Amino acid sequence: MAVLTDRPAAAPARRQQRAARTLATRFLGYATLVFFGLVFLYPFVIQIGNALKTEPDAAANPLSPFPDPLTLAGFERIFAGTNFPLWLGNSLLVTVLVTIGRVFFDSLAGYALARLRFRGRGGLFAAIIAVMAVPGVVLLIPKFLVLNQLGLYNSYAGLVVPLLADAAGVFIMKQFFESIPVSVEEAARIDGASIFRTFWSVVLPMAKPALITLTILSFQGSWNEFPHSLVSVQDPDLFTLPRGLADLVSGSLGKGTQYPLKLGAALLATIPVAIIFVVFQRYFVRDANDGSDKG
Amino acid sequence: MATETLTAVATADGGGPRRRRGGTRSNENLAGWLFVAPVIVILGLFLLLPILMALWVSLTDWNGQGSPFTGDVPFVGAHNYTQLFTEDGLARRDFMTSIRNNIYYVAIVVPAQTVLALGLALVVNNRMLKGKSFFRSAFYFPSVTSSVAISVVFLFLFANSGAVNALLGVVGIDGPEWFADSRGVLHLLFGAVGVDSPPAALADGGPFGLSWWDWLAGPSVAMVSIITLVVWTTSGTFMLMFLAGLQNVPVTLDEASTLDGASRWQRFRYVTLPMIRPTTFLVLTLGMIGSWQVFDQVYVMSQGDPAKTTLTPAYLSYRTAFRDFDYGSGAAISFVLFLIIIVLTLIQRRALAERDTDRPRRGWRRRRVPERS
Repeated sequence: MAVLTDRPAAAPARRQQRAARTLATRFLGYATLVFFGLVFLYPFVIQIGNALKTEPDAAANPLSPFPDPLTLAGFERIFAGTNFPLWLGNSLLVTVLVTIGRVFFDSLAGYALARLRFRGRGGLFAAIIAVMAVPGVVLLIPKFLVLNQLGLYNSYAGLVVPLLADAAGVFIMKQFFESIPVSVEEAARIDGASIFRTFWSVVLPMAKPALITLTILSFQGSWNEFPHSLVSVQDPDLFTLPRGLADLVSGSLGKGTQYPLKLGAALLATIPVAIIFVVFQRYFVRDANDGSDKG
Repeated sequence: MATETLTAVATADGGGPRRRRGGTRSNENLAGWLFVAPVIVILGLFLLLPILMALWVSLTDWNGQGSPFTGDVPFVGAHNYTQLFTEDGLARRDFMTSIRNNIYYVAIVVPAQTVLALGLALVVNNRMLKGKSFFRSAFYFPSVTSSVAISVVFLFLFANSGAVNALLGVVGIDGPEWFADSRGVLHLLFGAVGVDSPPAALADGGPFGLSWWDWLAGPSVAMVSIITLVVWTTSGTFMLMFLAGLQNVPVTLDEASTLDGASRWQRFRYVTLPMIRPTTFLVLTLGMIGSWQVFDQVYVMSQGDPAKTTLTPAYLSYRTAFRDFDYGSGAAISFVLFLIIIVLTLIQRRALAERDTDRPRRGWRRRRVPERS
C-alpha cells in the first residue's frame, strides 16, 4: 500500500533524475569519443601537417598541423633525392602478383577442402590450421635459408613466390564455400560440367563477398609486408616501399632529421591502404570478426 | 546432404556400376589434390621445409658462407641452445636481456590494449550515441596501416623536440630523450626518491647472468614509446572483437537487470563482463601471442638500442644471424621463441575447445549471476 501511494508523487522526480542522468551519460560518451578520436587520428594530422613544413618549422612546432610556410620541398626531395619511385613500382608489382596468386590459389584450395572428397582431406585441413599458428617472425632465418638454397635470394621471384598462398586465406575461403548451398553445384555437375568448370563459373561468382575480403586482405598484407622483404632481398633496386622507408630512417639518409621528407614518404606509403579502407570498410570489419571466430 | 547419401550408396554397393562410380570418385580425388597442390607446394617449400632447414642450422656454426648443408659446416650439437641458458657469456646476457624486455613489454601491452579496446567497444556500442561508425573506423584505422610507416610517424612524435615532449612541456614536464635514455622507468622512479645505485642485495646474483637490479629495472623509456605505439595500433582490432562479443549480449538481459535496480557498474560487472568472457579470453591470448612477435617497430625505431633495452628475442635472432653472421645462434633463438609462442597458442586452443563443449551450461549459469547479486 505504501508503495502505491508513494508512486504518483515520486514518478516525475525520478523521471527528471533519469533524464538528467541520460544527458550526463550522453555528454560523457561524446567526450570520450572525441578524446579518443583525437588520440587515434591526430598523429595522422600531425604527419600531414609536418610533411608540408620546412625542417626548422617542423622541429620548432611539432604539434601544430599548420605549416608556416607551406612547402612541397619535402616531397620534391622524396622524388628527386631518394629511390621512392622505384620502391613504389616494386611494391605495386609485388602487391598485384601476390594478391592475384593468393585469391586464386586460396580459393582453389578452400573449395577443395570444403567440397571435394579426396583422401587425406582431413589431415590436410588440420595441417592448414597448424600452419596458421606458425608465427611469422620465427620464419625470418628459415625463409632466408631456403631462398638462398634455391637461388631465389635477391630476386623478384624471392619477393613474390613465397607469399603466393597463405593458410589464413585458405581457411577464410573454406568457411565461406561451406556456407553456400550444395544444390546449385549439384545441378551444374549433373548437367555434365567438369569439377573445375563448376568451381570457376558456378561457385566462384557466388563467393564474391569472400573474394573481395580476401583481395583486400592480401592487398593490405602484401603492401605493408616488411620482414619478408628484409630476408629475401638485399639489392636496393629490389626494395619495396616499407623496406625503402625503413632504410630511409635508419640508413644513409638518416643523417640529420629530415622529418618532413620521412613523414611525407610514410604518408605516401599509407595513402593506398587508407583509400581502400575508406571504400571497403565493411570488409575490413568482417575480417576482424572472422578472426574472433576462428580463434 | 544429398551428395553424402550418394557417396554412401556408391561405397556401400560393390557391384557392377562400381567402376563408373569409382571413376567419378577417383576423379574427385585427383581434382582435390590438384586444387590444393599450389598451396601445398608453396607452404611446404617456403614454410615447412625452411623450418626443418633452420632446425639443422641451429645445430651448426654456419656463418653464411657457402651452403649450410655440406660436410664443411661445423656441427655443434645443442651448443647454440645451451649457451642461451647455462653458459655465462654475451650470448646468454643478450638473450636474457631480450626476454626481460619482452616480459615487460607483454606485461604492459596486453592489459593496456585489452582495457582500452574494451572501453572503446563499450562507448561505441552505446545505443544512445550518434556518429559511432565514424569513431569506430577512426579507432580501427591505425591497425590497417603499415607498421613501418606508422613507426616513422611515432619516431617524429617521440623525437627530442617532438610532439610528445611539446605536449609534456605544456603541462610543465621536461620530457626525456626517448631513444637515448636507457634507464628503466622503475630506476627513474627510484632516482626521483634519491636511490641511484643498486642496493648491495640487488647488485648481482640474479638468475641467468643478469643482476636482480637489471631484471627489476622496468622497461626503458624507449621501450615505453614502442609500447605506446603498439597499444595505439592494436586496440582498434581488439575493439572490433569486443564489439562482436557485446552484440551477442541479449538486450533483454541488460534491461531486466536495470529493472532489478542494478547500477551501471553492477550491470557491467555482473552481466556484461561474464557474458563476454570468451571474447576477453581470446583478446588476452591473441595479445600475448602477438606481443612475443614484436619486430618491425623495433627494427625501425630503435634497432634494440639504447643499451639493448628494446632488444626483443625476435629482433635479437635477426640481428645475430644477419648482422653478426652467427646463423646457428640466431636460429636457436628463433626456436626458443617459437616454443614460447606455440605453448601460448596450445593453451588458447585447448581452452577455446573446452569452452565450445560446455557452452550451454555455463551460459545458463551466467544468466543467473545478476539475480544472485
